[in-house]
Amino acid sequence: MRSCAEFNKRPSQAVFTLRELRQLPYSAVNELSFLKASFGSLFVLAALIALWWATSHAGWVSRVFLPTPEATLASLREGLFGGELGAFTLATVGRMVEGWLLASVVGVALGALIGISPTARAYLQPTLEFVRPLPASALLPLAISVFGLNPAMVLAVVAFGAMWPVLLATVHGFANVEPRLLEVARCLQLGRAAFVWKVGLPNALPDILAGMRLSLTVSLIVAVVGEMIASQSGLGQAILLAARAFRASELFAGIVLLGAIGFASNALLGFAERRLLKWQTP
Amino acid sequence: MNDRFIRALRPVWFPLIALALFEAYARTVAAGSDSLAPPSAALLAFGRAVLDGSLLQATAFTLLAAALGLAVGGSLGVLLGVALGLSKRAARLGSLSIEVLRPVPSVALIPLAMLVFGFGLRMEFSVVAFAAFWPLLVLTQAAVAQVEPRLLEVSQVLGLSAWQRSMKIVLPAIVPRLFVALRLGVAVALVVAVTVEIAANPNGMGYAMMIAQQSLDPALMLAWLGWIGVLGYAINAAALALQRSVARRMGVQP
Repeated sequence: MRSCAEFNKRPSQAVFTLRELRQLPYSAVNELSFLKASFGSLFVLAALIALWWATSHAGWVSRVFLPTPEATLASLREGLFGGELGAFTLATVGRMVEGWLLASVVGVALGALIGISPTARAYLQPTLEFVRPLPASALLPLAISVFGLNPAMVLAVVAFGAMWPVLLATVHGFANVEPRLLEVARCLQLGRAAFVWKVGLPNALPDILAGMRLSLTVSLIVAVVGEMIASQSGLGQAILLAARAFRASELFAGIVLLGAIGFASNALLGFAERRLLKWQTP
Repeated sequence: MNDRFIRALRPVWFPLIALALFEAYARTVAAGSDSLAPPSAALLAFGRAVLDGSLLQATAFTLLAAALGLAVGGSLGVLLGVALGLSKRAARLGSLSIEVLRPVPSVALIPLAMLVFGFGLRMEFSVVAFAAFWPLLVLTQAAVAQVEPRLLEVSQVLGLSAWQRSMKIVLPAIVPRLFVALRLGVAVALVVAVTVEIAANPNGMGYAMMIAQQSLDPALMLAWLGWIGVLGYAINAAALALQRSVARRMGVQP
């Protein structure tokens, strides 16, 4: 029994330790600070855009690489209202969200199964930790050769790659349930299922949510890479084609949209996280 | 003694059994497949790649791109992080720009880097630099903001200039946390370097794996996948060990 306890005390090797993650500035966990953006910070952003405008208009950087802000905006408007950019955005967001939801469900379920049992943890956790640093995109060649070039293949890789943060965070959350709660559960003679539902999951929730946030970032990245190399319609393919055709303004429009997706999804999740964790703060 | 030995072996069983099942499957049901190969064949392919030098060359390229990107992006991130951590006003002014730029996924810059630099080392390391810039910036800023205020008061009393204050007070105080940031940066840099190679850049380990897949050589592809996994694990473990040893030497709880 002692070795199990020692095993659990080992600090987690998660890419971001969850405590580290929560102490960061800019993390939407703390506050939606952009809503309270000061006049000064708006001014700095405007100055950066003005610098972009000046650089592209003065020709300090070739227009082949750096379109003017107006051209980018025009491409954005054209693509969203007349062209296919709207459909591409929806396709990418759909892939990202589907993969992320799959990853979250499977990750939490597997994580709970493994995390609840010290024996399962002792046998499986080292393997999981070993696979974790593997880039999710490195699985794309394998997935292409097994499943072929199709949307389901990309979705599978997105889900698989995004599953790790959730899975490991859930295992970690279950492994670190407060010992006194374990004793309470024993006194109340809670069954295994009841323990998972009433003690384990609520305890692991902060870890799970932090893992889900990381996995959302991963799913956007893998979705874009998947679209690039498997030629699935979406923003990833669109920006690659725009770059190959030297249409810089369309490329920038795509990058802006991807940035907006990342920004919006992160902010939404931060909002949900604070709502769900309200009961924790005294 | 015997009991402890059995305990120590517990982590090994699952991968061993999984590999054995995979080997059996690939040799019977999927024999002669163009998409899967048994692990033993992958091991042989790995040996061949070691002997003909392609392994060393591709690995060196990927690691060089990751290291260069981390060095450039990371040091810029640390510099800006120290500045923003020291001055509350600068942090407030920059916050909106950072919040707008940071969520741009690094892979979205692959086509742009391709357009600007063409294929090769520069294109790859610029994308890695962008990706590694953010975690280093954010973690450094957080570390500086948590420097003991009395140390900063001391520097004020001594009349140190901003540069002297950064070099003599702040940097030594944040060293343990800088190594935490470095560890995260190493992980990000490796993942992004391989991803750039898989998506676009015809160099390095990621590309070698893509080519193996496209030339229907699943043994070589799996060999690369395994090698990327082992290498990634080793480098991450080394970075973690470095972080802990620095923390111990600085007298901080790791």
